[in-house]
Amino acid sequence: MDTRVAKKKLGLKERYAAMTRGLGWETTYQPMDKVFPYDTYEGIKIHDWDKWQDPFRLTMDAYWKYQGEKEKKLYAVIEAFAQNNGQLGVSDARYINALKLFLQGVTPLEYCAHRGFAHVGRQFTGEGARVAAQMQSIDELRHYQTETHAISHYNKYFNGLHRSHHWFDRVWYLSVPKSFFEDACTAGPFEFLTAVSFSFEYVLTNLLFVPFMSGAAHNGDMSTVTFGFSAQSDESRHMTLGIECIKFMLEQDPGNVPIVQRWIDKWFWRGYRLLTIVAMMQDYMLPKRVMSWKEAWEMYAEGSGGALFKDLARYGIREPRGWKDACEGKDHISHQAWATFYNYGAAAPFHTWIPQDGEMQWLSQKYPESFDKLYRPRFEYWRERADEGRRFYNKTLPMLCTTCQVPMFFTEPGDATKICYRETSYFGNKYHFCSDHCQHIFEDEPEKYVQSWLPVHQIYQGHCFPEGTDPTAEGFDPLTAVLQYYEMNIGRDNFDFEGSEDQKNFAAWTGEKA
Amino acid sequence: MSVVANPAAGVPYQFPMKDVRENFPAPLLYIGWEDHLMFCSPVCVPLPPEMPFGALVSQVLPGIYAEHPDFERIDWNTVQWFKSGKPWTPDPAASLAANGLGHKDVIRFRTPGLSGINGSCS
Repeated sequence: MDTRVAKKKLGLKERYAAMTRGLGWETTYQPMDKVFPYDTYEGIKIHDWDKWQDPFRLTMDAYWKYQGEKEKKLYAVIEAFAQNNGQLGVSDARYINALKLFLQGVTPLEYCAHRGFAHVGRQFTGEGARVAAQMQSIDELRHYQTETHAISHYNKYFNGLHRSHHWFDRVWYLSVPKSFFEDACTAGPFEFLTAVSFSFEYVLTNLLFVPFMSGAAHNGDMSTVTFGFSAQSDESRHMTLGIECIKFMLEQDPGNVPIVQRWIDKWFWRGYRLLTIVAMMQDYMLPKRVMSWKEAWEMYAEGSGGALFKDLARYGIREPRGWKDACEGKDHISHQAWATFYNYGAAAPFHTWIPQDGEMQWLSQKYPESFDKLYRPRFEYWRERADEGRRFYNKTLPMLCTTCQVPMFFTEPGDATKICYRETSYFGNKYHFCSDHCQHIFEDEPEKYVQSWLPVHQIYQGHCFPEGTDPTAEGFDPLTAVLQYYEMNIGRDNFDFEGSEDQKNFAAWTGEKA
Repeated sequence: MSVVANPAAGVPYQFPMKDVRENFPAPLLYIGWEDHLMFCSPVCVPLPPEMPFGALVSQVLPGIYAEHPDFERIDWNTVQWFKSGKPWTPDPAASLAANGLGHKDVIRFRTPGLSGINGSCS
């Protein structure tokens, strides 16, 4: 029997140190560099990991306790929402399409982030960074699950929610978020944190989360709102990790500054391009609107982001290279993106529609410089056609940007009537881009982006048809074959909202006219 | 430092380019119609290199763009062509290849006097 030795109880600070920093050790069987090969090969120099600040002072046991409590509350609300047929209380069945976009395009990113943070949580030699990354990895897995659960109730009643994970790896528009994260996860650990923790979480996350969650609140979706609340405290921890990581790298060695600057340039732009779908959701998919994309951009990006880059100037960091072009885009990208999904509404597993008169008026007010002049004529003409039973669908596959993989619908800075075309050549092959910034990203690492899985090109290479399809057979219909490969329910998940099963069902359930 | 090209990593980083010509049954051509953004972006189509340029105009473009009310009003004699953004004069009788069009080239056309729905470049 062991003899009991009375141990002095650790103080708060010591306990924290023991439960985080105290978990690491210097390896002896193998050299540290061999065990942790990735935390030096990007060229980032760290002289003293002990300078890493742990802003939240959270240990794993406390983490489990907090998260467990939040979870209990969340699932109680989700359950009550289901019991009370909460789906009937949303503003309009069109709103569900914002949820489809979220479940298809955002939720799988939580899973990617979980994997990414698990990876970097293994690779850093500094224990503070490792613990923070591991906790975030668990957060992201939790978000993936709770979002799936919060939205799964809608899957019983609406189309377009039944196959999101399968779609994420196949459907053309989802290659935009997928390639964003795969680019980050295949980078080194410091670049990953700059990409996800700093550029995405710290600089841009408010532009993703606030619109979706306040949109949910305004449109009567308490299930999703409650998820938002349960994730919010995690998000602030994630943002703090982002800023801590950047400051740490910049303070450790002056040689890190140009490397970090290049990553900030790259990942600000990649994140901004990814947020195009949020801009569109905010301006077009919420029957009850919260604020315009332009207003959100001005508040969260130009306001908070502008102050941030002023603050980082003392380290020799300037605002990201694409900053001005991104600010100019605020008048345009939501309209251009919605018009694109309207063009290709046969091939995406959510519905599109023409804004109603009052909504067009709102758009005119919010976008006095651009909506009436450039975008309203497009929508009104499409409405005329739809009224005549000739709803417009674009039947030819779009040209994509090699870097962001978005169809080439973005316009020239300074001239929103001209598509922005950029191209470069690599070993005799041409590559095309939507902007100077996507071109720069490619030219910095062409070896990486020449491997891009561009959906349009993959379709033309014959890789996106169900197994056993013979594209040379008579009457072969490529679009149908691609949608079968996606495992979309053709006629239920896709096409216009007008005349959809969602529209008819919701009207019948709520006693309104379709 | 770029991760993939860092010599300090000491590992060669060589992977095949996914979109080289050999991977497609026919070369890809990108086509854009200036001032007509009702078609949200330029399009991507595989076309046989031996196809005459005139056939591209008479056979392929209507399938892509005929739904636009401006399309039937186009006077093809006045159309301005651009290749990689630079003014360019194709020979309608010659093939795409003989006109210098290769895999993943991008061409655009401008139709003077026609500027989309109500002049909005839509």
